[in-house]
Amino acid sequence: MLDTSATGLVQVEEDTRILPPNLIVTSLDKIVNWGRLSSIWPMTFGLACCAIEMMAVGASHYDFDRFGVIFRGSPRQSDCVIIAGTVTKKMVPVIRRVYDQMPEPRYVIAVGSCACTGGIFRTYSTVQGAGTFLPVDVYVPGCPPRPETFLEGVMLLQEKIRKEQARWSPWR
Amino acid sequence: MAVTEVKAGIYAAGIDPEQIAGRIKEHFPEQVIEVTNHRDQVSVIIKKDQSVAILRYLHDDPHLSFDHLNDLTAVDWSSKKEVRFEVVYNLMSLKYRHRIRIKAQVPENNAKIGTVVPIWAGADWHERECYDLFGIEFVGHPDLRRILMPEDWEGYPLRKDYPLKGPDFEKDWPGFVEVVKRSQELKEFEWDD
Amino acid sequence: MIKMEEPEKIFETRELNVNMGPQHPATHGVLRVVLDLDGETIVRLTPYVGYLHRGLEKLGESLSYFQALPLTDRMDYVSAMSNNIGYCVAVEKLCGIEAPPRAKFIRTIVGELSRISNHLLWLATHALDIGAMTVFLYCFREREWILDLFEMVSGARLTITYPRIGGVRNDISQEFIDSTVKFLEEFPSRILEYETLIDQNRIWLQRTVGIGVISAEEAINWGMTGPTLRGSGIPYDIRKYMPYDAYDQVEFEVPIGTAGDTYDRYRCRMLELRQSIKIIKQCLDKLPEGPVMADEPKFVLPPKDKMLPITHPTDMAYFIIEKACKGCGMCLRACPAKAITGEKKKPHVIDQSLCLQCSTCFTTCKFKSMTVVPGGKGLSDEKLAELAVPPEQLPEDIKEAQQNLIRQFDFIKKGPRVPEGDVYVATEVPKGELGFYFVSDGSSKPYRMRLRSPSFIHAGCLSRLSIGHLVADVIANIGTIDIVLGECDR
Repeated sequence: MLDTSATGLVQVEEDTRILPPNLIVTSLDKIVNWGRLSSIWPMTFGLACCAIEMMAVGASHYDFDRFGVIFRGSPRQSDCVIIAGTVTKKMVPVIRRVYDQMPEPRYVIAVGSCACTGGIFRTYSTVQGAGTFLPVDVYVPGCPPRPETFLEGVMLLQEKIRKEQARWSPWR
Repeated sequence: MAVTEVKAGIYAAGIDPEQIAGRIKEHFPEQVIEVTNHRDQVSVIIKKDQSVAILRYLHDDPHLSFDHLNDLTAVDWSSKKEVRFEVVYNLMSLKYRHRIRIKAQVPENNAKIGTVVPIWAGADWHERECYDLFGIEFVGHPDLRRILMPEDWEGYPLRKDYPLKGPDFEKDWPGFVEVVKRSQELKEFEWDD
Repeated sequence: MIKMEEPEKIFETRELNVNMGPQHPATHGVLRVVLDLDGETIVRLTPYVGYLHRGLEKLGESLSYFQALPLTDRMDYVSAMSNNIGYCVAVEKLCGIEAPPRAKFIRTIVGELSRISNHLLWLATHALDIGAMTVFLYCFREREWILDLFEMVSGARLTITYPRIGGVRNDISQEFIDSTVKFLEEFPSRILEYETLIDQNRIWLQRTVGIGVISAEEAINWGMTGPTLRGSGIPYDIRKYMPYDAYDQVEFEVPIGTAGDTYDRYRCRMLELRQSIKIIKQCLDKLPEGPVMADEPKFVLPPKDKMLPITHPTDMAYFIIEKACKGCGMCLRACPAKAITGEKKKPHVIDQSLCLQCSTCFTTCKFKSMTVVPGGKGLSDEKLAELAVPPEQLPEDIKEAQQNLIRQFDFIKKGPRVPEGDVYVATEVPKGELGFYFVSDGSSKPYRMRLRSPSFIHAGCLSRLSIGHLVADVIANIGTIDIVLGECDR
């Protein structure tokens, strides 16, 4: 790394330097990731019991809004889909079609035992986990998970986004 | 908007279910096969030929007045009994507060029975579910198609010879198999870090 | 210039086909509705369900009666306790047993709390769909209080499984009673808050009065139950018709409507909230003392504090009597710590240093050669041989504890053996009438477990309620019939 101490830039954390009072030098990755993780807008995809816990997290007591999370109704306006509840085979084409409509970058959180691995329903019509047809980023187990667990899942996704590199560029 | 108190003796007391079974036997002597009483609940096992007529009699008769169809379902006796399926009607009278259960025997090779939608409109979806999960056809139903499973599903899940875990992946419902295969093809465009 | 052929045909109006897909912002679950519209008026409405069909009925046929109890939680997940109570009442009738009085009162209390919680969520989502977002936030605030009460009594917020076959799992604490009393004191003022917001509100009245009207005879013919039926004027409430639990020992009223429209059903449910408060207050006053689990050894799990390893936790030693042991090897195969050694047809020996005192070997021995020496931990094999008595001569309390242990193993592995027969039992859940039809063939698994859910019937009536109305009224109708897709699809 260049030695920039002579210019007056002070390093506050790795890759970020400031020149007081109002100049910040950092990498593009950090800024873009910070913007993305602070305002994850999920799409409402509550299927079963975990949807009630999702509503409880979004409501008064455990507020989701203070994390920057606002539920959007349309896939075209959201960057995350939270699959909460049992996934049945009849519902799979619908979920995949809705997921395909989301613009990049997009993330998937599978909430609840049913969405992670099929849960207690090992039957003819239940898909054993949303991972069979979607690329899941974070698995949140529980039946249903407590709201605190839910929030931990979102924070894990934030950590994952923080570590991403060059996801903003058109070349991959 | 009124708040009323439901007093206990406001309706005429119900008839003893055994008597109701007796009346069915009087009116349709050849159709009744057996009358059982388990834990004070009376069931009448009948043949399927005149099931609609018997149920209409139970609905229209002013002393019986079974105006509420609680439940319509089927039981697959597989090899335990001679006749494979039994369609079970749980009836109740709101006026007289008595209940009865009618079981109509349906053989496997001729799995058809008359519909009761003209008598109770709420039987519509019950019969569709029976058809979907057991394969029993209700003759005269306005719109008999699958309701809980996808429309082109093969097999009748609640029969005893259908596996609980369902068919193998390759023989599964094409809508599901297609999506999984396509998602595996699209994996190369996903972001992996 | 483009010449238009037959302009009337190009500009004729046709029916518009709109799909309200399974994924939508309305919070009722995965219901798909296809509308045929003439302008904005609905000509035909077809609901499609089955997107949450998990096969509960078939799954219940492969599990024992104890194991199938948590499945009922996941049906109507908004008021999970009521489903459990319905299941327990049905299986108790099938087995011919009854819960003790204290358990009945406790079940009534949690059933009514569950009813309040369901109506709060119903009001929250119904109001949110119609447009009143404040009510949503207020109702969830109260609901958190109730979920805290549930957590106090059982440990779980949503899928609870607290009522068991024969009673309830554990007794309630004084903290729960005090918190419930505090809740009941504050709650009426909260109901008043909601009513002030929407009861006389012009927008609410315009969107609910005269919408989804159904007459009494038609409602009965369509099979409706619960507040959906009571809004049309029929006072059918199973808690009064065929009382179960402690409902015949408390006084309450059943609100009924007159016009059979959405507004009357809304008022029914709001008045039911107040009646529930009345019921819970009376139950807390009349709560009797006593056990919370029935004393029926054939159908109920034994109490945990009267079982073998727990009665004598640290000072027992398991010992094989040499003369009686046939060398069959059952205990050797069953021991999880591999502490038993021996050859076939020769007496086996337990290595006391490896033994965990888990009692597995004790339950597998059929030849009465395994015995327990209380106070024998740490003693040598010769001393144990002196002190050991054959199992028939052990003191009574140890014998009872041994029986309880074997019963526990049997019930958990196989389940209770239920007599043959069939029953149909209905209970009044917040949404209507939940019926369980069990067919038992004498084994420990139900031969046929049928769940008659009110949401399935009411979803079938959606088309009857909505024809002739406008598109926005469909949302009000979905809210008023109060469906939950987990229960509808099972």
